[in-house]
Amino acid sequence: MAFKILVCAKQVPDTNVIKINPKTGTLIRDGVPSILNHDDNNALEEALKIKDKFDDVTVTVISMGPPQAADLLFECIAKGADEGYLVSDRAVGGSDTWATSNTLTAAIQKWEKVNGKADLIFAGRQAIDGDTAQVGPQIAEKLHLPQVTYVEEFEISEDKKEVTVKRQLEDGYELIKVKTPCMLTTIKELNTPRYMSMKGIFGDKKITVWNAKDIEVDLNTVGVKASPTNVFRSFTPAPKAPGQKVAGDTENDQAKNLLVALKGKHII
Amino acid sequence: MAVKIIKENCKGCSLCAKACPFDAITIVDKKAVVDEAKCTNCNTCVAKCHFGAIEAAPKAEAVDLSAYHDVWVFAEQRQGKIQNVALELIGEGKRLAKDISEKTQICAVLIGNNIGHLAQECFEYGAEKVYLCEDPLLENYTTDGYTKVFQQLIDEYKPEIVMYGATHIGRDLAPRIAGRCNTGLTADCTHLDIKVSKYIEFAKKNTTLDTSDLDPNDPDVGIKQTRPAFGGNLMATIICPRTRPQMSTVRPGVMQKLERVPGATGETVVVKPAVTKEDIRVEILDIVKSAKEMVSLSDAKIICSGGRGLGDASGFDLMKQFADKVGGVVGASRAAVDSGWIDHSHQVGQTGTTVKPDIYFACGISGAIQHLAGMQTSNCIVAINKDADAPIMEIADYAIVGDLYKVVPEIIAEWDNAEALFDASTK
Repeated sequence: MAFKILVCAKQVPDTNVIKINPKTGTLIRDGVPSILNHDDNNALEEALKIKDKFDDVTVTVISMGPPQAADLLFECIAKGADEGYLVSDRAVGGSDTWATSNTLTAAIQKWEKVNGKADLIFAGRQAIDGDTAQVGPQIAEKLHLPQVTYVEEFEISEDKKEVTVKRQLEDGYELIKVKTPCMLTTIKELNTPRYMSMKGIFGDKKITVWNAKDIEVDLNTVGVKASPTNVFRSFTPAPKAPGQKVAGDTENDQAKNLLVALKGKHII
Repeated sequence: MAVKIIKENCKGCSLCAKACPFDAITIVDKKAVVDEAKCTNCNTCVAKCHFGAIEAAPKAEAVDLSAYHDVWVFAEQRQGKIQNVALELIGEGKRLAKDISEKTQICAVLIGNNIGHLAQECFEYGAEKVYLCEDPLLENYTTDGYTKVFQQLIDEYKPEIVMYGATHIGRDLAPRIAGRCNTGLTADCTHLDIKVSKYIEFAKKNTTLDTSDLDPNDPDVGIKQTRPAFGGNLMATIICPRTRPQMSTVRPGVMQKLERVPGATGETVVVKPAVTKEDIRVEILDIVKSAKEMVSLSDAKIICSGGRGLGDASGFDLMKQFADKVGGVVGASRAAVDSGWIDHSHQVGQTGTTVKPDIYFACGISGAIQHLAGMQTSNCIVAINKDADAPIMEIADYAIVGDLYKVVPEIIAEWDNAEALFDASTK
């Protein structure tokens, strides 16, 4: 039986080009390109590398978002994924991470009903628009799977029953062994994502769009109303606070005071 | 729920539509229309409307949350050392607890093996109670082991608020617990408030937010969690009104530790963790502390940049030494590159590389606008310059006025002592 890999991916606005309207203090969205979230691109790449290495591996991308997020599935398939599913429904709009993970969990379970249990699930560590890093672990929790986050190196055993990964820490790494099936969240150190291939771009695209009814999700657990967290207020940040002069009678004192300040702020 | 448009009052001026951060309002037939699926009840539009045509979204109906009390901090420890962020959170948590009520306690949750002595450190930094869970299976952090124990604690003792450091461990653990306990979690908070009056104070001082619709006497004591989103382009304040505990991860370095009170004591609650070998589904083969690898300018976490102030090409030998010491890469200003002191590939700025490292050391760089354009979004800028009035000193987080040839060697010499220096300074 095929070894089945799922990749959770999100379409995000490119936050590097987002500008704030200084008059209204709101985001200017016009002309901001939508892109495949960076960490998710690394998740897809690692899945595709397994597919390159072994016969009989399938890679399925699952996403949630507005209808135009299907573009992301197009891109993933053009890179080498077999198929893509997009959950798109107003009922799931405005979800926080808890509600989002309920939706994606339901979508995965729906997919598994037809195709059998996934052997490995990849997700990017976090999306550049929200930066929460919460949806991956919450899906793992709801699917009762073990998880490893911040994966920066990955190896799978020949029998594909076990993976060994390096999990990044602030000051080093942990080497962790875990049996499949499991959920891994990936960071950019893991690999260099490939480009779309000509063949992929022009080939057939198996893209399915599901609504909330299709994935049989409990509507009381999704969308803005079911979300445990709500936005109370939002605003633009204040301009950068002025810096401070580092005191010290000697150069050595200055150096010491600087290092204490940097350490205190967790910058080093 | 969503905001409600009072049609009779609406003039179709579209101020609300422009103000909406979520594109939830459109103008149809000269009247504002709210897309309920997009509206997040942030009520931004309410304050913007000049005609009183928008009714704020009603507050969720009150549920009995009174079974939950106290503020908890996950006292993250690694190899028997409490992480600094945990001590910062105890300090912040104490402030929050007392804003909820006098009898609300600040509690630390210690999970590990043979770590009982750390309870004392928690008390000395302000904790009133410590929940201590020890087991050989909890020696090292695992998602499965720690989640199970934490859930056991939450179910039994019902905290009102739980805070975690936004570390690689806190950000792995907290969402798993939120998923298991079906409650809300807000990531990477940089500011927390309980009282509406204090939130208004914060907003007035630090933001452009219109607070005229907030009532300083509002008795609400739910946590207001402020965090950056969209790459820091937007700030959002998040609440968790209907479920408990309310949970946040908080970035290291943003909250203040309390002054250490040697000999302070508190109540220790020893909890026997119900964790078994079978619960833990991962095997930790090794934990390695490692120096960071060399990377390119745009990926670099630390950049040591030199400018005209170096005086000649040999100055870059010092920069190289500096970069090697701190695990960074060497950058340069255009002036240094144009003088032929270093290759163009090191140039930072508008015509060079745009960088955003964790730390940017600008040594002998005056800070021409083209240079600033390429590095001003760095997380932390340290400027070392003889001229106290150089433009770089104004945008620097830390400015050292002095001779870089004297200052930089001292930083190199003391670099490895940073932790010890810091510990000494907080004693």
